Amino acid sequence: MGLAGFEVEVQRRVAGGGVVTEDMTLSMGPQHPSTHGVLRFVVRADGEVMKEAIPDIGYLHRSIEKIAEKVGWHGFIPYTDRVDYVAAMFCNHGWARAAETLGGVEVPKRGEYCRVIADELCRIHSHLLGVGSMAMDIGAFTPFTHAIREREYLNDLFEELCGARLTFHYMRIGGVGWDLPPGWSDKVLHFLDRFEPIVEEYDRLISYNKIFVERLANVAIISPQDAVDYNLVGPNLRGSGVSYDVRRDDPYSVYPELEFDVPVGRGEVGTLGDCFDRYIVRMREMQQSCRILRQCLRQIPDGPVIAKVPRNFKPPAGDCYVRVESARGDMGWYVVSDGTAFPHRCKIRTGSFAAISMIPLVSRNLMIADLVAVIASFDLVAPEIDR
Amino acid sequence: MSLINTVPDMALTARVDDLLNWTRKSSVWYMMFGLACCAIEMMQTGGPRADLERFGMAPRATPRVSDVIIVSGTLTLKMALRTKLLYDQMPDPKYVVSMGSCANCGGLFQLAYSVCDGVDKVIPVDVYVPGCPPRPEALTEGLVKLQQKIQQEKWLVRKTDPVGVRA
Amino acid sequence: MEAASIHARLRERFGDAVGDLTGSGRTVGATVEPARIAEVAAWLRREPALLFDCLSTLAGVDYPKRSVIQVVYVLYSYRLRHWLTLRVDAPRDDPRVPTVTGVWSAADWQEREAFDLLGVQFEGHPDLRRILMPEDWPGHPLRKDFVEPQEYHGISTSRESLLKA
Repeated sequence: MGLAGFEVEVQRRVAGGGVVTEDMTLSMGPQHPSTHGVLRFVVRADGEVMKEAIPDIGYLHRSIEKIAEKVGWHGFIPYTDRVDYVAAMFCNHGWARAAETLGGVEVPKRGEYCRVIADELCRIHSHLLGVGSMAMDIGAFTPFTHAIREREYLNDLFEELCGARLTFHYMRIGGVGWDLPPGWSDKVLHFLDRFEPIVEEYDRLISYNKIFVERLANVAIISPQDAVDYNLVGPNLRGSGVSYDVRRDDPYSVYPELEFDVPVGRGEVGTLGDCFDRYIVRMREMQQSCRILRQCLRQIPDGPVIAKVPRNFKPPAGDCYVRVESARGDMGWYVVSDGTAFPHRCKIRTGSFAAISMIPLVSRNLMIADLVAVIASFDLVAPEIDR
Repeated sequence: MSLINTVPDMALTARVDDLLNWTRKSSVWYMMFGLACCAIEMMQTGGPRADLERFGMAPRATPRVSDVIIVSGTLTLKMALRTKLLYDQMPDPKYVVSMGSCANCGGLFQLAYSVCDGVDKVIPVDVYVPGCPPRPEALTEGLVKLQQKIQQEKWLVRKTDPVGVRA
Repeated sequence: MEAASIHARLRERFGDAVGDLTGSGRTVGATVEPARIAEVAAWLRREPALLFDCLSTLAGVDYPKRSVIQVVYVLYSYRLRHWLTLRVDAPRDDPRVPTVTGVWSAADWQEREAFDLLGVQFEGHPDLRRILMPEDWPGHPLRKDFVEPQEYHGISTSRESLLKA
């Protein structure tokens, strides 16, 4: 324990008036009041201003990748929920698509639509938590309770769909587990009618609130070149001005048949690539998800929701790389099969892993309170980082 | 002359233990020790629908001012050492609620090499709440059971040793 | 640009250090000799017709039957929208691969993870130490012959099941 492995140089300086000052080394975490999970930062600070913040991760490393080699193709799906429990549908989707690519399985059209509906509802679910906890980290507790309230309505919808509120285990290799229940589409539309004005209420409540803007504008500016170099993805990348979304530019499932915009940061209140841009991209993405959901519910065809996949699924030997646009960005699944019923290797490359590796770069000369804002603006979750 | 039951509209009589325990159980502050998925359900339980504040339970950030630590989520071996430190930092009388499968016994991560199979390997647990993750109703029931446990404590009699740690 | 033409240009520039084209989909690519990987990576990033500016994934895979640990680099270009996968086979008993941190900063932490979980030594890495496991953890967990320790700092790693058959 302690600071093993982090030999930081303590600098003594003689400040004005002959006063000797020393940098202090703080350990922020692994238990801390923010909601992003067990992360630890070793911060070397001169008073309130940080000289560097080094992340220390691994406190939630649950060896999910090794477990894939033990439980088999079908049995791994509940574990994928835990890779990113805030946005579990995307992880299910990624694994199912990887297994289908390796095994040459084709998902029926209705199954694909069910997947997209579940995905987009999950995106709203995740962004609500991200935005609410960002507001809570900045200091405003009320938007968090608003977000939790909206999430409860979504939890009811998910519970009716697949029986679980958080770790869904909804998708299967070859489709989805259950069809949409009767009357569920109307409930989703009712929720969307209720939710779209709530996003505007959020804008009035918090988005352009002067204190919120002052805390986030011009903090941790990330240039598009740095963002691409460090492999930042998702709303973090789009907040820096790079207009790239896997759903539009490298499409999968039924996204080519759907119409939606991809919000990109514009530096509207500060500089392009600051924390506010990343926040506002998430707010606008929620609105676009509502649009996608309405189209899906109109266009969904009839038919089966799952293809016939043997219980003893043995895809031929080979490897594949599959991406899904998760709420936290493009999640890459590199899966190797050796022809048996157990995967040979499953590597999950997540957006939060790259984002937290940028913290040493962006946190120079920020204040400790800004570090909290930066962590929140990246929408980090510990299970994605540690797996 | 005794005052007991002479002026029933002015004075109430009760046992000291009951009164003390009633005040203590109505204000159990929990430390936010959200490790993994169960933390999200703990937040939802503290939210507007399954409100925990109506029981007097407020979330606290630091162990120094909290009464109960709700271990919600998977405890890895790396984190287990820190958990013991945090538990030691809490002042007496303190309680531990183990929320979810992973904190109870390792859950579905018993196959993992880096997971501590259950938080009772490091700290003594008072209430186990099963589920993966437990619903807000389940966590609320667990905390109400903790309240019932607190209600039965005896203060004027010497306290027995807490449940041993199963290492 | 098509994968076959990218591979042809790669072959033209680096000759025998680059193997034949294998794979399909986004993992179409070739093996590269371990010693030349940093050079190949730098060229792929700079070359105007290729411009691979994103290291999408760096994964280590253990193949005990072939006695290699393979490091897989899945590359993508945001500007030109094409994919390439490079595979580097390192001997299993002493896997050493030059680092590509100088080419893509994203490789920094990905290589640390490959070191931590598989034991691959990345030569020239600025800060190669464990990232996910504790500092004093014995062994490299994702290897196929990894044996779980019985206990760690006094905490035993097994739990007897209450479900007695």
